[in-house]
Order: sequence, then C-alpha cells, then structure tokens
Amino acid sequence: MTSWTVANSRKLARQETRRRLGPMAMLSHLALLLWTVLTLVPILWTFLASVKSEDEIFGDAWSLPATLRWDNFARAWEQAHIGQYMLNSVVVVTFSTFGTMLCGAMAAYVLARYSFRGNRAVYLLFVSGLAFPVYLALTPLFFVVQNMGNVPLVGPFIGLNTHAGLVLVYIAYSMPFTVFFLAAFFRTLPTAVGEAAMVDGASHTRVFFQIMLPMARPGLVSITIFNILGQWNQYQLPLVLLQERDKWVLTQGIADISTAAGYDSDWAALFAALTLAILPMLVVYTIFQRQIQSGLTMGALK
Amino acid sequence: MFNTYRRGLFITAFLAAPVTLYLVYVISPYAQAFYIAMTDWRGVTATPNFVGLDNFVRLFSDGVFWKAVTHNAALLVLLPLVTIVIALFFAFLLNVGSEGRGVGGVAGSKFYRVLFFFPQVLAVTVVAVLFQQVFRPDGSGMLNGPLMALGARPVGFLSDPDVAFWSVLGVMVWQAVGFYVVLFSAGLASIPRDMFEAAQIDGAGRVSLFFRITLPLLWDTVQVAWVYLGILAMDVFAIVWVMTDQHGGPDFSTTVMATEIYRNAFQHFRFGYASALGVVMFFFTIGFAILSLRLSRRERIEY
Repeated sequence: MTSWTVANSRKLARQETRRRLGPMAMLSHLALLLWTVLTLVPILWTFLASVKSEDEIFGDAWSLPATLRWDNFARAWEQAHIGQYMLNSVVVVTFSTFGTMLCGAMAAYVLARYSFRGNRAVYLLFVSGLAFPVYLALTPLFFVVQNMGNVPLVGPFIGLNTHAGLVLVYIAYSMPFTVFFLAAFFRTLPTAVGEAAMVDGASHTRVFFQIMLPMARPGLVSITIFNILGQWNQYQLPLVLLQERDKWVLTQGIADISTAAGYDSDWAALFAALTLAILPMLVVYTIFQRQIQSGLTMGALK
Repeated sequence: MFNTYRRGLFITAFLAAPVTLYLVYVISPYAQAFYIAMTDWRGVTATPNFVGLDNFVRLFSDGVFWKAVTHNAALLVLLPLVTIVIALFFAFLLNVGSEGRGVGGVAGSKFYRVLFFFPQVLAVTVVAVLFQQVFRPDGSGMLNGPLMALGARPVGFLSDPDVAFWSVLGVMVWQAVGFYVVLFSAGLASIPRDMFEAAQIDGAGRVSLFFRITLPLLWDTVQVAWVYLGILAMDVFAIVWVMTDQHGGPDFSTTVMATEIYRNAFQHFRFGYASALGVVMFFFTIGFAILSLRLSRRERIEY
C-alpha cells in the first residue's frame, strides 16, 4: 500500500517536472543537435569532396561522387608536396617542443625555487611577453634571423629558411606561457624530497632531473600538449621566416594550395590535402581528448 | 663557500640558454620595433633615416588603417559576446540542465563536449581554407548549394563587402565555442551540487537556475574567457589572411591590424610604417589588458 503511494507520487512528480520543463528540454536537445550538425557537416563535407572528381566538385555541392577518386590523395601527397610539408612540420615541432620544455622547465624551476638577486626581474621579463602582440616584433625578427645566418660556423643552420632557425624562434616565443605556468607549478611541489636528496649528496642538477621533473609530470604533460598544438598550428612565424618552398611547414602548404589552386586548378587535390591535414588531428584527438582538453584549458583556469 | 659557488653556477647554467634565446629573439625585436617605427626604412633605402613621428601622422590619416582598427574593435566586442553566450548556454545544458529529479547534464553530454571541442585543435589555416570552400559563391558551395536549390539567391559570403566581415566572425565563433564549453563546464563542476539542488527544491526553474545561480558563481571564469577572446580578437591574422579575398578584402572590408602590418612589411617592404602600426597595436593590446584588469576587480562569491 505504502509502496504504491510512493511509486505513484514519484510518477506524479516526474509528470509535473516534465510538464514544467517539457518544451525547454525539447529546445535544448534541438540546440545541441544544431551545433553538432554545424560542427560536423563542414568537416564531413570536406571529406566527401576529397574523393570527388573536379567536375563533381564544381557541380552540385551535395552530390555524391560517382566513383571514389583516391588518386586525389596521391596528387596532394606528391604534387602538392603535402607529404614533404607534413614531414617538415613533424621535424620542427619535435625539436621545438622538446627544446621549449627543457628550456622552460629549467628556467621556471630556478625562478620558482631559488632566491637570488634579479630573480623577480627575470621572471617578469619572461611573463611580460604574454602581453606583447607578436606582430610588433615581426619586422625586426626577420632581420634578427637573417643576421643569425651570418654568425660564423653555425650561421648557415640557423638563418632564414632553416628549420633550426624556426625551432629557436618557436622556443623563444613559447617561453612566456611555459615559464609562467611551470613556475606556478613548481611552487606547489613539496621541498622536503629535494632537500633530503641534497643532504645525501645529490647535485642541484641531479635533484632537478631525477626528483623535481618526475614530480612535475602532470604539469609538464599539460604544457607539452599545449606547446605541441600551438607550434603545429603556427602560421605567422613560418610565413615570415621560411620562404623557400621545400622548407615549408604544413600550415603554409595548406594555405598555399588554396591560392595556387586558382591557377593550377587542382581543386580535388585541395580537398584531399585538407583531409590529410584534418585526419591525423582527429585520430590524435580521439585518443588523447581528455589530456588535450585539460592541457588547453588548464592555463585558463589557474 | 664551495656550496654557494656551486649554487650560483647551477642558477647561471640553467638560466643561460632560456634567457639568451629570449633576449635575442623576443626582447631585442620588440625593442628595435619602437625605433624602426620612427624611421623611413623601406626595402630600397639601405640606411633608414630618423623621421620622428611622421609614420604615426601618416597612419592616422590612412583610411585602411582605420578600417582595420574598426574591424578589430568590432571583433573585440562581438567575438567574446557571441562566443560566451553560446558557450554558457551549452555548458549549462550539458552540466545542470537535465530534466527530472536531481542535477546533471542531459544524456550524452560527454559526447557533445568532446565533439564541440574538436575545431579548437585544428590549425586556423586549415579552418580558413575549409570555410573558403564552404562559402563558395555558387551552387558548389556547401551553404549556397542548398540555398540555391531552395530557390534563394546565392549569398556572397566572402565576395560581398557587407557580408564578408560576418563570415569571418562566424568562423571564429565556430572554432572557439567548444573550448569555452569545456572551460565553463570545468567551472561548473567546481560549484557544489547542493547549490543547484537547494534552488530546485525551492522551486527554481531552469531559467532562474541559470541567471540566479550559475552565472554569478561562474563570473570569474566568464571574465577569464572575456580576456582570452579579447586577445584572440586583437591578434586575428590567419583567418583573414588566408580565407578572405585579397587578404582582407573585398575592398578592405575584413582587414585587421595584423594583416596590415604583414602586408606593409612583407609585400610593400615599408618596414618603418609597418612597425609604427605594430606600436599602435601594442598600445591597444596593453590598453585592453589594463582595462580588463580594472573592470574585473569585483567581489568574489565564496562557497
């Protein structure tokens, strides 16, 4: 008897909430669905167009391809050099992210954990970079890198149109955020472990590499993801510093096909190239979406 | 004594590389830019002459410069406004706005969060080229195809000077929304559940739940979002340079400060003039940062 009343009142309560929220719930699902379509459809449409022929691309936008033209991908990879650009991007980002994390962690650790004269000044120097628009530095930076090309011995490797030169620039411009974030992170770590190791005779360097770095892992992972994505997607700096085609990174290659396609008119290869640029991101994102989301939003929340 | 020496050596060794790189590639260009801005340096003159504030005087009577500033200013207001409203709405639906008893997100909220965030990981250049195709002016465009099939006139998303700016804004919002949905979701997760439940028991509907509880408690995160999106609006370059006609056209209807700096420096080789533009942009950015710091001083709600 009692249980019937409870069940019944629950049902009534549910009906009551549904009456109150019904149309709203419908609308909210509709809104979510709409944004899902808005997000997915342009990307799926690009994938679809990547297997169409030239004529089909210029025909009705929503027609299906008669046959799947996989050769579009071969042309994008070979003739539009997407393969080469992607390799360049991988090489540059591998070295620049590694360098950024090494330099950034070293500087942040020293600034967060050691007091010395000028500590505050160096920290502020790094962090002030967060507020500067990169466009102000663009012109002089071009000449700085050009002049680096005249440095004896290493010059030819770090001047304009060199990947090592771009790597150094990436590292330098990633410092403000990396140092800012990692210094805050190192400050939250306990001091006792490091001190104990020092008493046992470990050097400062050894404490850093063998104790502090492993302890800072969560912070390092987030900032590494942040830097990989930021440097992979960078367009402005390579546009200025890499002007020889065979040195280009992927973003330059993609941007160029859209203008070049006007003359060469290989639109099918353009869509294939876009797909080639999007698919790896989709795969990586699907696997690491939790880490990527927290890596990118972490900086904003702290 | 030996220990102090070792400590000093360690500090110097660890700071040497980062500080050197930073001074050479970041600080020195910024410092030089302020001087170059006061010279007549062009690609042809090997020796730049000091001309004082001439570049700035020319700049302020340059119509294109004012168009660029207007577009940055419009983006500064519209991009945060539109993005935050949409993102807040979705974050609320996904975390609090479920129907029925208790407080939770709608079914499949995790899926939506993951999906909405994806455009954020794509390079801006990729997004720009992609939407260039989506916005094609004829029946082969993803949007104009269906429009024309329905008998409507095709819209010149990128070719009509009255529309192009809105297309740029739309693409920027498209890419940004997911990030802020995740950001606001994280903010919402840190608000104790009982807050919402207590309000619901007191008979609060979803609308008052949003305006009376969610928004005030999320205000700090909203401010962070505002600053981030503001900086994005000031720094916009790739989407305009790659997606629009004539890099900021048609007829300069989408151009922004960053594209004008790049155009002047690396297409016209007016290094002095471009640097003057950079200096103006620098002061706008600093001004925005100071302003937003000032405005964000507000009582925090403790919970």
